[in-house]
Amino acid sequence: MGDSEYVLEMNHISKSFPGVRALDDVTLKVKPGTVHALMGENGAGKSTLMKCLFGIYIPDEGEVRLAGKPVHFDTTRQALDAGISMIPQELMPVPCRPVMENLWLGRIPVKKFGPFSFVDNKRMLEDTSTIFKSLNMEDIDPKTWVRNLSVSKRQLLEIAKAVSYNARVIIMDEPTSSLTENEVEHLFTIIRDLRAKGVSIIYISHKIEEILTISDEVTIMRDGKHVGTYASKDLTMDMIISKMVGRDLTHRFPPRSNVPGEPILKVEDLTSAETKSFKNVSFELKKGEILGIGGLVGAKRTELVESIFGLRPIESGGITLNGKATLIASPESAIAKKMALLTEERRATGIVPMLSVMENTILANLPHYVRKSGFLDEKRCVSDTEKSVEQLSVKTPSVNTRIKDLSGGNQQKVLFARWLLTEPDILILDEPTRGIDVGAKYEIYSIIADLAANGKSIIMISSEMPELLGMSDRIMVMCEGRVTGIVDGKTTDQETIMRLATQFM
Amino acid sequence: MAKKTAQSDTLTSLQTHDRKLKEFGINNAIYIVFFVLMLAITIKEPSFLAWQNIRNILSMSATRIIIAMGIGGILLTGGTDLSAGRQVGLAAVISSSLLQYQEYARRMYPQMADLPLWLPILIAIAACTLLGLLNGMIIAYLKVPPFIATLGTQVATYGICSIYFDRPPYGAQPIGGLRKDLTTLGSGFLGWDGTYSIPYIVLIAFAIAALVWMLHNKTRFGKNIYAIGGNAEAAKVSGVPVQKTLLIVYSLAGALYGLAGTLEAARTGGATNNYGNGYELDAIAACVVGGVSTSGGIGTVPGMIIGVLIFSIISYGLTFINMNPYWQQIIKGAIIVSAVALDIRKYLSKR
Repeated sequence: MGDSEYVLEMNHISKSFPGVRALDDVTLKVKPGTVHALMGENGAGKSTLMKCLFGIYIPDEGEVRLAGKPVHFDTTRQALDAGISMIPQELMPVPCRPVMENLWLGRIPVKKFGPFSFVDNKRMLEDTSTIFKSLNMEDIDPKTWVRNLSVSKRQLLEIAKAVSYNARVIIMDEPTSSLTENEVEHLFTIIRDLRAKGVSIIYISHKIEEILTISDEVTIMRDGKHVGTYASKDLTMDMIISKMVGRDLTHRFPPRSNVPGEPILKVEDLTSAETKSFKNVSFELKKGEILGIGGLVGAKRTELVESIFGLRPIESGGITLNGKATLIASPESAIAKKMALLTEERRATGIVPMLSVMENTILANLPHYVRKSGFLDEKRCVSDTEKSVEQLSVKTPSVNTRIKDLSGGNQQKVLFARWLLTEPDILILDEPTRGIDVGAKYEIYSIIADLAANGKSIIMISSEMPELLGMSDRIMVMCEGRVTGIVDGKTTDQETIMRLATQFM
Repeated sequence: MAKKTAQSDTLTSLQTHDRKLKEFGINNAIYIVFFVLMLAITIKEPSFLAWQNIRNILSMSATRIIIAMGIGGILLTGGTDLSAGRQVGLAAVISSSLLQYQEYARRMYPQMADLPLWLPILIAIAACTLLGLLNGMIIAYLKVPPFIATLGTQVATYGICSIYFDRPPYGAQPIGGLRKDLTTLGSGFLGWDGTYSIPYIVLIAFAIAALVWMLHNKTRFGKNIYAIGGNAEAAKVSGVPVQKTLLIVYSLAGALYGLAGTLEAARTGGATNNYGNGYELDAIAACVVGGVSTSGGIGTVPGMIIGVLIFSIISYGLTFINMNPYWQQIIKGAIIVSAVALDIRKYLSKR
């Protein structure tokens, strides 16, 4: 083996978590001075693989070689020292600290003063300025707190941080998700510079055009497995999609038989009371309709639906429900008006992990189960939960199993069951299939399609283009807090939606 | 149209003015509370501003400042320390038991020769440093939440202290008869007469505060403390030695409690196993009122000192104007809650 033509080899990596085999015999080989794209659907195992490389997870099987030499990282520090740095998907700054301290965190420069060493602020400022200058981001003040920066500036800061390690391999996990077109161009310039200097970039992105523009090679993963590695110039968008999905696109979504009827919800000129949120949003939702909401991260879609649900304050505008002007000041009032909201962060604001499937199912509907005596009607709790479990085919050992022990898809089904027990007319679903494996996605789609066919009205936020196109009757696209268009789900294509989603960028 | 714009312009500038005033209030809430309190007491009793009173307030605050320096560092990492008060008590008992004068009838160690002053102090500090290290290890390695970990050591430390305290030949009884050199440390002062002078303990407390300020602001260790409290995951991923830093923070806090306990015994001229009871809550309250976030990452040494002083002024100043001590408790409670409610606006407003 000895000298390798690869700067990085990950051979036959496997990693399991309780109940899931997240990586199954995955191989990734990166040549020096190239941009290597890593692609796959959500849950395909891209981020897990990168965490195994970066010392956050330790793989169960397989070996990692750096320039031909086997390496093993127990901590991220070791990975950083070996010349691997990573820009994580979820940025992790220390908000109430200056930019430059964030940049040099863990290796803040010091100067010796006898036996003591003190932080060398002058050098830190100089070093920061040098890096910012080389990356053309001098508009960021090194001394301001990170919380004062916009999301895209924070992203650039992370890139600067990764570069500052003088890494041989830089992992970028969805680096453009919150960048505008100009900023993406800026990032690409940085990437090309780095590549010219012999740095290898592992580039994770869902945006196929971006991948075809910037990458030299593409490795595609599916369901925790390695599908193949290809030269970018031999690939087309359709080839990538079919390799990622692994089956015909037409079978990804269930047939729908819903017929949209009369308008049930009318939102007029709604403006958030929060600064930098949505403005002048108007739309209609019909009975039995699935209305998709598309847009990029930061388009304020979540803020919009949470405001409609009474979770966030509204400055002006009106909501008409069943022809009556309505004031929804709190989630309680929204639930009473037959609305339901399945939140975006399943773990943070959805499930109560330590409670059972039953307790999670009846949570939003508890008053309904209180008997005159004041005690809960446990028999009915159990029977209703069992009914739901069967109806939505939740795979669980029993209704008393703690929900944390279920897979993401089944947890999501339990949350559907929770809201269905409140018998809502309008269901708002915020990224309903995020972090759910491909098989379970189809089941969630079937549930949504059935609900619509039974006359429920559905608002579905999704960042996955195929999901929006495959499931929605109409699609409302937002950009920077404003509605940029409402289009028909059957006749629209990805490009139209993308154009609307980036209209103000 | 133009008129409307002009109108809305004045409106905006008015609003900006308003907002600036509000922002100033929010950003400096702690200092405003401090000065209003001073002002109110002074108006009621102008003689309050005499150096004598200020000196008394400062010497009351001295040991509390040292404790706050220890616990403040822990709060900055996002932790807490309920064992602080009991550690103070242990240090007070250890150092005073080893520093009783020869002629005193009920010496804990009747046969023992005089030790040099620094040795018992060092022993007390070492004992508390070890307890702090234990706290740190339980938290950093066993991953026990700091509240629970230090609740455990709080209870156990009281046990250790009481066993040591309740020993032959005289059993459990207050330790008195402290040597002159120790009590001088606690109640002596620097200056030409009783009126214009600064107590030694005040000098010690401010020297400690200056060192801790340097540690927090001028060293890599300090930056790591803030990073861990601000975002532990980010710190870890960036290669900050989180566990090691926690060990040092808790040990250092222990050392400071050890010193504070010794000085508390020196100041009051004695010690019992109940010394220091509840001091941790006073110190946490002072830090929090001084702008330290209990979720970590936010807070400054000057803020902690102001926090301690506010509480000393309340006790001393309100007693000075003859306010009912029970009312003082109510005011203390109200200040804790309102100061934090105001202070937290700083971080809530910009979302």
